[in-house]
Amino acid sequence: MSERGKTLAMGENVATGPRPNVEAPFGKALAALARGRNDIVGLSADLAKYTDILPFRDAHPDRFFNVGMAEQNLIGVSAGLAKSGFKAFCTTYGVFATRRAYDFIAIACAHSKADVKIFAGLPGLTTGYGGTHQAIEDLALMRMIPDLVVIDPCDATEIEQSVAAVAAHDGPTYARLLRGLVPRVFDPAKHRFEIGRAYTLRAQGGLGMISTGMMTERAIDAAEQLAAKGIETSILHMPTIKPFDAKAVADFARGVTRIMTLENHVVSGGLGTLVAEALYEACIFRPTVRVGIPDRFVECGSLPYLQDKCGMTVERIVAAALDGARWRQA
Amino acid sequence: MTTRNSPGTDPSVAELKARAKAIRRHVLAMSRRIGQGYVVQGLAIADALAAIYFHELRYDPANPRWAERDRFVLSTGHYSIALWATFAEAGIILAAELETYGRDESRLEMSTLDTTPGVEIIGGSLGHGLGQAVGMALGQRLRKSDARIFVEFSDGELQEGSTWEALMSGGSFGLDNLVALIDCNGIQADGKIVIDIEPVADKCRAFGWDVQEIDGNSMDAIVAALRAARAKNGKPKAIVLRTLPGKGVPTLEKREKAHFVRVEANEWDQFDRELEESDV
Ligand SMILES: Cc1ncc(C[n+]2csc(CCOP(=O)(O)OP(=O)(O)O)c2C)c(N)n1
Ligand SMILES: [Mg+2]
Repeated sequence: MSERGKTLAMGENVATGPRPNVEAPFGKALAALARGRNDIVGLSADLAKYTDILPFRDAHPDRFFNVGMAEQNLIGVSAGLAKSGFKAFCTTYGVFATRRAYDFIAIACAHSKADVKIFAGLPGLTTGYGGTHQAIEDLALMRMIPDLVVIDPCDATEIEQSVAAVAAHDGPTYARLLRGLVPRVFDPAKHRFEIGRAYTLRAQGGLGMISTGMMTERAIDAAEQLAAKGIETSILHMPTIKPFDAKAVADFARGVTRIMTLENHVVSGGLGTLVAEALYEACIFRPTVRVGIPDRFVECGSLPYLQDKCGMTVERIVAAALDGARWRQA
Repeated sequence: MTTRNSPGTDPSVAELKARAKAIRRHVLAMSRRIGQGYVVQGLAIADALAAIYFHELRYDPANPRWAERDRFVLSTGHYSIALWATFAEAGIILAAELETYGRDESRLEMSTLDTTPGVEIIGGSLGHGLGQAVGMALGQRLRKSDARIFVEFSDGELQEGSTWEALMSGGSFGLDNLVALIDCNGIQADGKIVIDIEPVADKCRAFGWDVQEIDGNSMDAIVAALRAARAKNGKPKAIVLRTLPGKGVPTLEKREKAHFVRVEANEWDQFDRELEESDV
């Protein structure tokens, strides 16, 4: 990263590694799901193009509504559709859904138990556009709202499967959206995303990595590199932030000697905090290092540059696992 | 201290047009370096920014925090490309710094940060500008300062509830030290305006504003509107700018109306030539 990068504004892809990529998995899955049923509607707030919902719009133009750049209205209108018998899938960026429309999500959706399914783009550091566009604290904000399901999918497979899963769930959901070219990490024939479920991807004791969202792909790659250095690891993937499976965390923690949490989110209020709460309540104490975005607004810059700076690349994760000083402090 | 645009120093329309052209040159060069960007927006807003910074706004380029300054609030954060270009022309930053636009560690970000000299608010989350401008206008009135507040916002921002809340308060508070420039370029992220916002001028009038609606790429019209907006009549002023995305580069003016205009690497030389030949 010696050469300085450019910010690619709104058109960035999250895919970086050697895995196969799927284009617009969310919109394609939603269009397919809606084909066989007429209770699905789609909405966006002047970000249809940038949240991958165009395949749904093109397949079902009569059931798609673009409310313009008006996120509070997006959530309000979605709640109204939900109260009229529809499952309202709506998209915008995470920052605008959570920061601008928070009250509308809390009251019109969650308190009202309205069937609104929010898919929120640009989670964490998936855009180099700066603090106004990076949803770094959305999981923390959303997980505080009663009755709201909160999901941070890892890859194209989980994005696709979460579309059907939230449709089957009766009530409001908030899912982080990976858009554009999205890597396929999990084999769709073998992996089955279910709301609330935790997945043990590796169980060799040693360093226990508990991860969510796209950081799980990095945990898997870091585990390989650490294995090559003779360090044993285990991985617990937790795509559902709420309801959070605290028991799965406790069971997993009993089998490891130290814990690293990995999230594409500020290190407080999200996964790292949930894990700490779960372990404390279960009276399990392990040295813990939280990988994620530090407690500050992140600037504008290229993704590799920003993710490296925040310690979120595979190289930095491996280095953190090996960094004795960091663990002595823990 | 040398302040710009003190009374009686009005430059000619020809001088202002030359400034706008220089801003457009910077915008093309900045877009070319980054390989994409908000080139059509930058070209469209160049005339208004030239008129603000070289005709109307009282400020000190060497001391952008001067307490008695007029404020220019850019609400549409992604128009930063044109603001940085204007700052270079105005001497608030050095032109050489424009080369860092949108790059790692640059303070000339893709949307504005208020830590960069000359910038009043953090932009990028749209719909923030007008409310803060109303607060600044109230603040200057309370301080008994004659400083004025200028605020730009976009047609897309007219869809945000916050903009209408602020419009209502500006009219209700009778802020005649507040001038809004509403850039109606006809586009937003999903393409052509997706939710009807018209009639913009009538709506603003109904909210208690003095409204002028002009060709936002005519320097004569912009200057005349800014002069008229000096009236101390107990009402905030709105100037509805009808602008043409890509103005000054005919190929871009004709290109499909899109928020992000895709440009091939080999097209930039032609754009430069078209701009030089254009009469903007
Ligand atoms: C509150 C908010 N919602 C959504 C966005 C994403 N967004 C960025 S630019 C844009 C288009 C807004 O329209 P306008 O300001 O007229 O943009 P133009 O296409 O004319 O540059 C949108 C929706 C944003 N930046 N802020
Ligand atoms: Mg516009």
